[in-house]
Amino acid sequence: MNGPTFASPWRAPRLSLRFVPVWRRNFLVWRKLALPSVLGNLADPLIYLFGLGFGIGMLVPEVAGVPYITFLAAGMVCYSTMNSASFEVLYSGFSRMHVQKTWEAIMNTPIDLDDVVFAELVWAASKALLSGTAILLVVVLFGLVDTRYALWVLPLVFLIGLTFAALGLIVTALAPSYDFFMYYFTLFVTPMTLLSGVFFPIEQLPPALRAVTDLLPLTHAVQLARPLLMGQVPAAVPSHLAVLAGYGMAAFWLALALTRRRLLK
Amino acid sequence: MSGAIAERTARGASAAVAAPLRPAPLTIRGLRKRYGDNEVVAGVDLELRAGECFTLLGPNGAGKTTTLRCALGLAAPSAGVLTLCGLPVPARAREARRRVGIVPQQDTLDPDFTCAENLMVYGRYFGLPEAVIAARIPGLLAFAGLEGKRDARIQTLSGGMKRRLTLARALVNEPELLVLDEPTTGLDPQARHLIWDRLKQLIRGGTTVLLTTHFMDEAERLADRLAILDAGRMLTEGSPREVIAAHIEPQVVEVYGDWNGGGADGWAAAHAAPLARRFEVSGETAFCYVEQAAPLLAHLAGQSGLRYLHRPANLEDVFLKLTGRELRD
Repeated sequence: MNGPTFASPWRAPRLSLRFVPVWRRNFLVWRKLALPSVLGNLADPLIYLFGLGFGIGMLVPEVAGVPYITFLAAGMVCYSTMNSASFEVLYSGFSRMHVQKTWEAIMNTPIDLDDVVFAELVWAASKALLSGTAILLVVVLFGLVDTRYALWVLPLVFLIGLTFAALGLIVTALAPSYDFFMYYFTLFVTPMTLLSGVFFPIEQLPPALRAVTDLLPLTHAVQLARPLLMGQVPAAVPSHLAVLAGYGMAAFWLALALTRRRLLK
Repeated sequence: MSGAIAERTARGASAAVAAPLRPAPLTIRGLRKRYGDNEVVAGVDLELRAGECFTLLGPNGAGKTTTLRCALGLAAPSAGVLTLCGLPVPARAREARRRVGIVPQQDTLDPDFTCAENLMVYGRYFGLPEAVIAARIPGLLAFAGLEGKRDARIQTLSGGMKRRLTLARALVNEPELLVLDEPTTGLDPQARHLIWDRLKQLIRGGTTVLLTTHFMDEAERLADRLAILDAGRMLTEGSPREVIAAHIEPQVVEVYGDWNGGGADGWAAAHAAPLARRFEVSGETAFCYVEQAAPLLAHLAGQSGLRYLHRPANLEDVFLKLTGRELRD
């Protein structure tokens, strides 16, 4: 034995409430830029929703028994939640980790890297919850959805935020620069969006693609959100939740290990 | 400058008397740190005494920052036993950092916040109640000379102001040990002097200070004790006076200019050996290290074309003797 052995980067995450002041730091920054941030997050999904919803809605009278724009609304809530969480951990997270050295400043205090990464995860999910709530509010106000179970979408949106924040943190841990994130979007996020039932029912995909579809976390998010916004209780709730939570936990662990390897050298 | 050293030495002696009352804020034994085959810290031992200013002096890439990172539990040592504020590192480094203030080499202030918000947010990382932090903020801003900048955005501050705010931020938890990594690199002379003043004030108040620098004047001004680090090894340790006395002749004569159609190097080859105990030629200048300068100066007075500068030996001479004159990248 010649000195201390530093635990492996794969050791279990050590989480604590110390993430709270880090979350509050991000919240304080967001509050200063809240209005443009919310509007920015809303614009993209709303353009899709109304553009495609009305445009394609005129060609396609009904999908799954509802107007196309109603069908699309649930997809857009999930899509916008995923995007919001991903952008936060990728671009903003990378700024804080690598460019502004915010994480370094925090780790100079009695807060460990585990708490910092966990704070990023919860913060991104919180921001995703704001985006998801904003778009939910819009589709409710426009009378596009059935409101009976609509509030159940909020905890779901938070979970979707956690899942995609965790996945994005893996990419952030590996990123040499901002350019790297383009690969994540073009190679993973965009194809997944097209294969997860956001824009059209997955039932119409060829069987070979259906096999892939069932592996994608966004599919399970949509399968829960869509019935809820059509006034129905979703089928197989535990298994969909388990897939989202499983992806989230596994991805967080991997992201934390990669981040420890990157920063605690 | 020698006056400053005398003052520091006197204070250092009183700190040594008080030392047994307070445990060492940091001890490092046999620290080694390898990245692959590259050993950047190759056996560092040091023990800080409570209340002193200890300076790690070394060229770029000497292992100063890595030593600090290991001491703070931010990097995994390959070998060694470290204790920070009485707690084992890295095992309990997080708890130990409660009592430590850190000024990193690079600016890590939050650019989206005002000065006061930076202090508040940072204080919360220590788990301090907001009322306590709020009560400390005016004093911290005054200490940093930033009273009027309470609500100023970070982008509007000069480099010196940012450094001072970073120093104030490191004091938000009222640390026993303050660790600074090259605190004045990139600052103008006025800003450097202000930082030094503040550090002296803290040391007088009983805070233990550990700082790294590659500026000799910074080390001579501030350090009770210093260590010169190069290639991951400690080459010497002691008070600035001890280090100078132990490693180098007391007087230096720098000789340059024209001699016999050539430069000072030609003169040195012909005459320096009998007149100086040791000499080095670097570029156009011959550095002669002597116990007594009079015979050499008398000789130089008779050499037209040669010019010279006679001065007491300083840390830079020791530093260059121990770490060489080659460029470090």
